[in-house]
Amino acid sequence: MSCWDVVADYGLRSLGIGERLLPRDDFTLCKQAVLIGSGMIWNVYFGVVALVSGFFLATALAVGKASRHWLPRKLSEWFIFLFRGSPLFIQFFFAYFLFLSLKSVAPVFAPFSSAWLGALVVLFFNTAAYSGEIFYGALLSVPKGDVEAADAYGFSGWPRFRRIVWPTMLRLAWPAYTNEAIFLFHATTLVFFSGFPAFQQRGDALYYANYFADKTFNPFVAYPILAGYFIVLTLLIIWLFGAINRRLNRHLPQARRSKVRYRPNLLR
Amino acid sequence: MFSFCTDPSVLSTPAWFACYFTTGKLMLFYASFGTVLLLLAITAPVALGFGFAGAAAARARFAPLSWLGKLYIAMVRGVPDIVFFLFFVIALDQGFEYLRHKVKCPDWTDPIRQGSDFIVCDAAKLPLSTAPQVWHEVYGFSLAVLTFSIVFGAFAANVLYGAMRAVPHAQLETAEAYGMTHRQTFWRILIPQMWVYALPGLSNLWMVLIKATPLLFLLGVEDIVYWARELGGAKTARFSDYPHADWRVWYFLGLLVFYLLFTRISEIALAKLMARLTHGQATVGGEAQRKAA
Repeated sequence: MSCWDVVADYGLRSLGIGERLLPRDDFTLCKQAVLIGSGMIWNVYFGVVALVSGFFLATALAVGKASRHWLPRKLSEWFIFLFRGSPLFIQFFFAYFLFLSLKSVAPVFAPFSSAWLGALVVLFFNTAAYSGEIFYGALLSVPKGDVEAADAYGFSGWPRFRRIVWPTMLRLAWPAYTNEAIFLFHATTLVFFSGFPAFQQRGDALYYANYFADKTFNPFVAYPILAGYFIVLTLLIIWLFGAINRRLNRHLPQARRSKVRYRPNLLR
Repeated sequence: MFSFCTDPSVLSTPAWFACYFTTGKLMLFYASFGTVLLLLAITAPVALGFGFAGAAAARARFAPLSWLGKLYIAMVRGVPDIVFFLFFVIALDQGFEYLRHKVKCPDWTDPIRQGSDFIVCDAAKLPLSTAPQVWHEVYGFSLAVLTFSIVFGAFAANVLYGAMRAVPHAQLETAEAYGMTHRQTFWRILIPQMWVYALPGLSNLWMVLIKATPLLFLLGVEDIVYWARELGGAKTARFSDYPHADWRVWYFLGLLVFYLLFTRISEIALAKLMARLTHGQATVGGEAQRKAA
């Protein structure tokens, strides 16, 4: 059985396509790498969807927190406090059991108790809160002169925000936002270790890595494979966000451009 | 707990809760909050120590030691911390047993890894299979503490390494001009000034550490998450004097509130500490304090 057969059997195992049974003996390096890679589909799915949708809510939260009106300000402050002040792990558990009890009241909530939607909602709120705080900090440090110049040109309200404040906010927040994106992808590994069950053993990369480590009682193969996948994923994120950063900074003189340097400061 | 709990008629009144909240199982739940606080109390200083050693090693002039320190700092880049948690718990356990096996049973000829088994002689087991249950729990907890300390030590090393480089270089040059040795400069000039630069990073790390404590559950320690899952599940009258429906959502709501309060209090305390440390410093924060006064 060559490695290509293994890829055909297990390559999409995490989506329920291919071989049903997980390998029970003869844990070759190929099988471990393929199955863990198959699990990465879930990590990428959770990370990408939460990041893209969270971006919009984060902008709204930042604007709300900087608002002069008390209602949006208090709402955003509480939302950000709630999701930044508690562990994501507990949020997963709480949300799972909450959706479970809501399901018995209204069947609309049935899909929320499975990971693909329920965990995604939690990750969406979580990353929106963390990014919202980053964007809020950037919003406060938008240079006064930029806003005054916009006023002088007759910009106000939505056009001023859309064309002047928002791009500058993004530009200032981008290095920190890159860091947040990396940690969001790392956080996706928690999904199947919290309350959310892996339906028919369709788990993420860590789920399979843990499966192999438990079966072989040897952590020195499965976890380094997983680490390798994540290092590649992290490099891809840095590359993509660096490209966006260059675009955001394209109007500035070379010396004033801020570079995305990955500082793993665990700034959350 | 209370004397009226023996009266069956009380079970339909609010007093039921007074009885429920004081059962022996719930006491174990309350005690597990102590486990979390104990983990934090041990891990924070040990991780800071690991971090200090890592940062000092990364600055060393002896190249291999410097590489080792930088490798330790780089270790946590790009890989989720939970992977390290799951990895180190098994790896450390097997490492300790392997070493004890080599020392205690030198005439053992069978290989240790046989297929999917890890076999060491009985005398090398940790803790010994004859040891009382409490030692097994202590050993499990110590492994968890060590794992947390290694991972968070790497983060702390990163923060401290950055803080050491943030100290103005002129300070170190002045120390050299006064004839201080490398070691004297390090201990008398660099270290005392480093902390104000390190504090923002370290307080962020403290918050992250608090929020990482529920992961104890994944390391096999009976912590608050374990008990919330155990106690919250639906209980039937057959097995319990206090039957109730599935209450896990309420238990986890309680944990959520506990962590929110904990992080909020830490935030306030750290802000006070930062205000005290920046007092009189030649930084933007210190200058703002001077103007406000």
